[in-house]
Amino acid sequence: MSYQHKKIIFEPIVDNNPVILQVLGICSALAVTSKLSTTITMCLALTIVTAFSNAAISLVRNHTPSSIRIIVQMTIISSLVIVTDQFIKAYAFSISKDLSVFVGLIITNCIVMGRAEAYAMKHPPFPSFLDGLGNGLGYSALLMVVGVIRELFGSGSLFGYPILPLDRDGGWYVPNGLLLLPPSAFFLIGMIIWVVRSWKPAQVEQPEYKIYHAPRPEVAS
Amino acid sequence: MSAPESDSAVSAAPVESARRTLLVTLVLCLVCSVVVAGAAVLLRPIQETNQKADLIRNVIAVSGLLKEGLTEEQALKRIDAHMIELATGDEVKGIDPDTFNIVKAGKDPEISTELTRREDVAGIRREPRYLPVYRIVGTNGEFKKLILPVYGYGLWSTMYGFLALEEDLRTVQGLRFYQHAETPGLGGEIDNPKWRAQWTGKVLFDENWKVQIEVTKVAVDSSSPEGHHQVDALAGATITSRGVENTLKFWLSDKGYGPYLSRLRQERS
Repeated sequence: MSYQHKKIIFEPIVDNNPVILQVLGICSALAVTSKLSTTITMCLALTIVTAFSNAAISLVRNHTPSSIRIIVQMTIISSLVIVTDQFIKAYAFSISKDLSVFVGLIITNCIVMGRAEAYAMKHPPFPSFLDGLGNGLGYSALLMVVGVIRELFGSGSLFGYPILPLDRDGGWYVPNGLLLLPPSAFFLIGMIIWVVRSWKPAQVEQPEYKIYHAPRPEVAS
Repeated sequence: MSAPESDSAVSAAPVESARRTLLVTLVLCLVCSVVVAGAAVLLRPIQETNQKADLIRNVIAVSGLLKEGLTEEQALKRIDAHMIELATGDEVKGIDPDTFNIVKAGKDPEISTELTRREDVAGIRREPRYLPVYRIVGTNGEFKKLILPVYGYGLWSTMYGFLALEEDLRTVQGLRFYQHAETPGLGGEIDNPKWRAQWTGKVLFDENWKVQIEVTKVAVDSSSPEGHHQVDALAGATITSRGVENTLKFWLSDKGYGPYLSRLRQERS
């Protein structure tokens, strides 16, 4: 069976986005998106970890007894996260201070585990690698959108460069402080999900149940 | 899907057997620990250089020299670092302040002393015997400001920072923490420039050189006589705020920089 490599990479960006459609990995999306420099570092870290952990897990999938498969996945993922964290500390020290615990928390990011269990355990290494890459990019795409909105309207800048002149520095723009707080990312993600699902109605979930209208009991009187 | 790789390469036992499970676990753990340890060891020198550069950058930042229009390199020339012995306030020769690691020194039993529970206001357990101090000098080498490393326990972590004092050794020029792991958004707001800016101009001692500084939950009234001894606490971060207050109280006391500060005062009066 041949794999449509392009489809594996690009499908998770809009059609099967891990955040928008599957609503995974929300917590880190709230925490790291107030500045674009931290957002992009986090996106890179997560994409690299998801891609390589998927490839590594797929490599050992036929040798992994199913009784310990989750712990095997966790070990591989956490080793990769530690290595990534060490690299960020070595080459992007000031950003690593802003990200603090969140790189370490990639271990618990549902996207990484989810892809390992759902895809890498059943497919060969190369497609698994691409699947990890695609899902990482899907996560990154959403985070970048949220990050651009939050930094542009929250601090009037992009990547730290002033775009909108702030009123406290003599400009005209009054920054929206709410956008710098984590809850604003919740609202933004909610709105993005709404927009994407209006554009692609196939992503709308079927209601799990309907309220059944019972006939009124007739009371004899 | 491609054909599954042959199992015989690893072991003859079937995948689900106990022997195989142990073998897979062992191999996986070995490989992972080599990778993790390798990355940590290989990258350590780069991380340490970064950390040192970051430390000096923090000293420069808290000194307020950049606000006076100096570049980082010019500012670096105005910093005169030396080691002091905390108990006596004496200057100590023979230890390089640039390579002195405060975090490690505070844990090393050879160069630190244990604090009793009563003494340990800042929650640091051990106190190093020596610490670096940074004097900021003017263009002619005259004393301008003093920068002291301070640290103490917040909610989750020991917060390491610098306290910069004005020429009168009483007024705060700046307080800045460079390493901590407080909750981002709550205690982590000790890095918030607005909160940091509050410290500038606060007075740490009363007329008799007794430490008087308070992080308070009541809005600070800057017109009242206590106002310049008070700083607004961080919202939602009571324990971190209290940690900052205790840190300053400890390091300005006789257990901390007290002897050195009183010596400096005598020299300058």
